[in-house]
Amino acid sequence: MKKGIIHINQLSKRYEDSDFFAVQPLDLTINENEIFGLLGPNGAGKTTLISMLCGLIKPTSGIFEVDQLNYKNNKKQIQNLIGVVPQEYALYPTLTAFENLMYFGSMYGLKSNELKNKIDQSLKELGLENFSNKRIKTFSGGMKRRVNLIAGILHHPKVLFLDEPTVGVDVQSKNVIIEHLKQLNQLGTTIVYTSHHMIEAQDLCTKVAIIDHGKIIAQGTPTELIQSIENSKNLEGVYLNLTGGELRDYA
Amino acid sequence: MHKLWEATYKEFLLLKRDFGGLIILFIMPLVLVITITLIQESTSQHIFTSKIPVLVIDNDSNELSKSIISNLEQDKLLKVVREIDGELIDEKMANNLVLQGEYKLAIVIPEGLTENLNSKVSQNVGKILEQFEIDQDAEIGEKNIQAQQIKLYFDPILQTSFRNAIKNGIDNMVSKIETQSVYQVFEEELEIDKNTFESTEFINFVEINPQKNNVEIKPNSVQHNVPAWTLFAIFFIIVPLSINIVKEKNQGTFVRLKTNPISYKTILGGKVIVYLIVCLVQFILMLLVGLYLFPYMGLPNFEINGDYFLLFLVAIFSGLSAIGIGILIGTIAETHEQAAPFGATLVVILAAVGGVWIPVFAMPKIMQLFAKISPMNWGLNCFYDVIIRDNSFLEILPELLLLGIFFVVMIAIAIYYDKEKNRV
Repeated sequence: MKKGIIHINQLSKRYEDSDFFAVQPLDLTINENEIFGLLGPNGAGKTTLISMLCGLIKPTSGIFEVDQLNYKNNKKQIQNLIGVVPQEYALYPTLTAFENLMYFGSMYGLKSNELKNKIDQSLKELGLENFSNKRIKTFSGGMKRRVNLIAGILHHPKVLFLDEPTVGVDVQSKNVIIEHLKQLNQLGTTIVYTSHHMIEAQDLCTKVAIIDHGKIIAQGTPTELIQSIENSKNLEGVYLNLTGGELRDYA
Repeated sequence: MHKLWEATYKEFLLLKRDFGGLIILFIMPLVLVITITLIQESTSQHIFTSKIPVLVIDNDSNELSKSIISNLEQDKLLKVVREIDGELIDEKMANNLVLQGEYKLAIVIPEGLTENLNSKVSQNVGKILEQFEIDQDAEIGEKNIQAQQIKLYFDPILQTSFRNAIKNGIDNMVSKIETQSVYQVFEEELEIDKNTFESTEFINFVEINPQKNNVEIKPNSVQHNVPAWTLFAIFFIIVPLSINIVKEKNQGTFVRLKTNPISYKTILGGKVIVYLIVCLVQFILMLLVGLYLFPYMGLPNFEINGDYFLLFLVAIFSGLSAIGIGILIGTIAETHEQAAPFGATLVVILAAVGGVWIPVFAMPKIMQLFAKISPMNWGLNCFYDVIIRDNSFLEILPELLLLGIFFVVMIAIAIYYDKEKNRV
């Protein structure tokens, strides 16, 4: 029996200037060592949900626990347990890759020598060892995404949250990122990630939840979901079947 | 401590690599203090070395008007112009020339000024002599003699202080002439020798500089300008600092930091340390300019009567209060467009209220009240206390405490605001 590492109970979010819930009260359990994909169209509530779990925004109602710790009373402990890779490049453009990583790594209390070794190792694993001393503003989108990922995993988090980690990158960078995430998962990190790439999610995730209009409308392993929808050949078919084909423009 | 060091080092690197920002932080304040001091000093020099042309329309053409014109011609500040291209100037012409700004001032001496003044003085002197029964034969006219007006036309753009200075000068001169007329009539009526009455000034002004420990405290313009504009530059740190915070919030790095086990206090701590160092470097540069560059430029020496250590203490506390404001604005502002204009305008307001341009005592009561709660005013007073008055640490302590408390309050509000806004 797998042990739940994230427990969400009736968690919801309604923004102050909005009439509807970005995330409707939902219950969800994410098990230890899973790669959990949150899939859904634009404005479905994926980023809002992940932002609440990272402690970036305040829920309207409900509670959640990470590794049996309540965020309200154990903020610091949870922050030490989790790693976050935001959708935007959360890096200082005028600092080098190494300087950015030294700064963000030190925020987790990692000591200088240990941190330097980790940075060197991670840069090598993600193919950036020759760009360590180059400033971020000179990097391509794919390189920035890889540094963005490293900044979130230097402290070897127990749970890693990623918000669309491969958006806007070339296939090569995407493959390197996905392979690295799989390795991290094998080393014991639970991964929660949002994406629009169904093929990528099908390949990577051990479990997915499809979210639309702030509600989870389906969840299970990719295989279970594909089998649950008649004539669906892949996760994209399931996704389109459940969320519909209409455009999801919102402002 | 390790996190604070890393936060400080990061801020240092960010600043070091922002060349434009460094120029603004270090070069612009120097340009500012040099420009302002040079302008102020050269303006006062110019006033004493070059003469301002003044249009004079003499409708009296008599003894008194000649005396006024002669006095004006002897004045160090003014140059009398009575005709242009060989044509005598009339009042209408003078009005137009001053209105267009071609001349700053026109003086119109009314017709019959000499005659009327003489009549009035004779009338008054006659009344006095009659009281003493000295000259009962003297004719005391009962004619009502109107007070005479010398009209002054000023260029509309001329500042009030300059107008007042000119008006006072002319008023003084006319008073002297009037007094001399009175003496002259007395001499004539009493049929005594001319120049019996001494008409030289009996009361003169002597400027005495106060002393402290037997040392005369004599301020010069540089002693006023350097601290005032240094403080102005120190407070301008509000702008880049608030922009730095807003930029970080909008860059996404702040999102990452909010998920990291680092407190807002530590993030701000790094900024406070780096920007305080910037303030001190600014201060040192300004000090060096005042001490070594200004004398080469022919400006008065920047003499510091007080202790250098106290001076640095004032710079530190002034810098902290400016940093406090910058951090609060950066924390509350959502965009660069909110932070930059608000910060810049606030600095100018603080400078105006703080007495950088106009001394606080010359302000209206309500503004004097605002000045009392302005950190720039506390800082400026503290600088003057050390530089000019040679005050001790205990004497400046109350103002240092105010600056320190102000910093703590600003930071506390910023941390509270951030905590409330990001409460999860």
